[in-house]
Amino acid sequence: MPILLKSTKIIEAQIDEFLNAVSEGVIVFQQAIKDYLHNDREKLESDLVSISHLENRADELRRTIETQLYSHSLIPEHRGDVLGLLESIDNVIDTAKHLLIQFSIESPDIQLALIKDFLDLTEQSAQTAEAIVLATRAFFREVHAIKDHLHKVYFYEREADKTSEQLKRRIFALKIDLARKMHLASFVQHVDSLADRAEAVADRLSIYAIKRII
Amino acid sequence: MTLFFLSSGLFLGWSLGANDAANIFGAAVGSKMIRFRTAAIICSVFVILGAVVSGAGASETLGELGAINAIAGAFIVAAAAGFTVFWMSKLTLPVSTSQAIVGAIIGWNLYTGTATNPQILSKIVSTWILCPILAAAFAVVLFVLFRFFFNRAKFHLLELDFYMRLSLIVIGAFGAYSLGANNIANVMGVFVSVAPFRDLDLFGLIPFTGQGQLFFIGGVAIAVGVYTYSEKVMHTIGRSLFRLSPETALVVVLAHALVLFIFSSRELAQLLISIGLPPIPLVPVSSTHAVVGAILGIGLLKNARNINYRMLGEIALGWMVTPVVAGAITFVALFFLENVFMQDVGRI
Repeated sequence: MPILLKSTKIIEAQIDEFLNAVSEGVIVFQQAIKDYLHNDREKLESDLVSISHLENRADELRRTIETQLYSHSLIPEHRGDVLGLLESIDNVIDTAKHLLIQFSIESPDIQLALIKDFLDLTEQSAQTAEAIVLATRAFFREVHAIKDHLHKVYFYEREADKTSEQLKRRIFALKIDLARKMHLASFVQHVDSLADRAEAVADRLSIYAIKRII
Repeated sequence: MTLFFLSSGLFLGWSLGANDAANIFGAAVGSKMIRFRTAAIICSVFVILGAVVSGAGASETLGELGAINAIAGAFIVAAAAGFTVFWMSKLTLPVSTSQAIVGAIIGWNLYTGTATNPQILSKIVSTWILCPILAAAFAVVLFVLFRFFFNRAKFHLLELDFYMRLSLIVIGAFGAYSLGANNIANVMGVFVSVAPFRDLDLFGLIPFTGQGQLFFIGGVAIAVGVYTYSEKVMHTIGRSLFRLSPETALVVVLAHALVLFIFSSRELAQLLISIGLPPIPLVPVSSTHAVVGAILGIGLLKNARNINYRMLGEIALGWMVTPVVAGAITFVALFFLENVFMQDVGRI
């Protein structure tokens, strides 16, 4: 039994570390977009390296946690839910990393008039992702607090959708080539997709939370 | 020859271990919270302990119902009860060893012309009805308390899992102790006055009464049942019949253990008398009915709409059918044993 409690504590620490990696990844993502919009390409590349490290670490931890949960037959009632949850939240940091890679490769030419809206959209997407990390922490430690975080996830995601729509309208109202309009709109879609990923996790979590409450 | 005559009781013990251990550890093993081996060891040790330490109370009540005074008669009573349980289980009818043994004792009373004490009989029958009701009441109270505690305690999910396993083991051990204390009367109760065991002193230090030795053998038979056959039953219960969450399983097992303990603890009965309350009758009750009662209690608390009234009806039917069948089989078997095999089956 003491061995079981010890491995329990180790896995708890690994889950916390995994969520820290996702949370830090979101902060790096937000910072990187700001750096790009302020024309600091060098900083963007260093942010990209940071988020890659965080994403690799998150993957590594997720696999370790999954293996340990199975090998020690822990939380049999909730194991499937926890694995699903970790995998879907891992998608959030994956999405953030791929987005930064696209910024680095494609270097979209963002007009000065659009920068504020892009920054707003990035912030709302990041807030959605941050809120889902908090909701996931609550799932493990304080199940009654989940709904407090979930409503924030849904709120920020709606805000991100509104900003995204408004931004696309502005882009298509600009007097630039259709190809550039399409290119910029695809980046709006990409940044917004981070909030969508977080919302997908929230949908799962709201069901898991019902199971967690006795 | 003694061992042959005890064999029917040992068979009853085996079948009790095979079936009723699942009432205690079924949900925990079926949901993989506890390994079968761990559950089997704990169950066996505590069933034997319960039988030897606290088994006398319920046994005495059965003795008052019918003082069987020949080992061949006791053999038939236990065999008839065992056969009734086996046969009714085969027909998938709900059956309880407690009711079968009571029916069989009354069959012996009728055959030998011994008067059945109506007060003792009504005391026993009332506990059959009281048992699931009491289990339901305990389960409701415990479930409310557990829910209050677990939903507020800020345990990490993994820590909660650890404490849940620990609780399932501790409460399972208590459940096994209560099962041994209460149900050993079904297995060995009818042999108490006829078994030829003498009181011993273990290492000159620990007194080991003849009755204690008898209950120890019965406890071992239950343990053999747990090891040889209960794993299958546990997996069936854990996966299909009553799919319980570990939290609910904990409440059900605790409510079941408390009910069985109450109906077998002499100390508790004396405590109630000392504070001026009516004593709780010490009677062997059905472990399965206690579990069904507890699950039903939680179901009612959770506002379950699809309560299986048919199952309740079948249990009530079992209260009537089981003793009658066991009594009839005993009566016929005693006739054969006495007149064909020329054995003394007991007398007034």
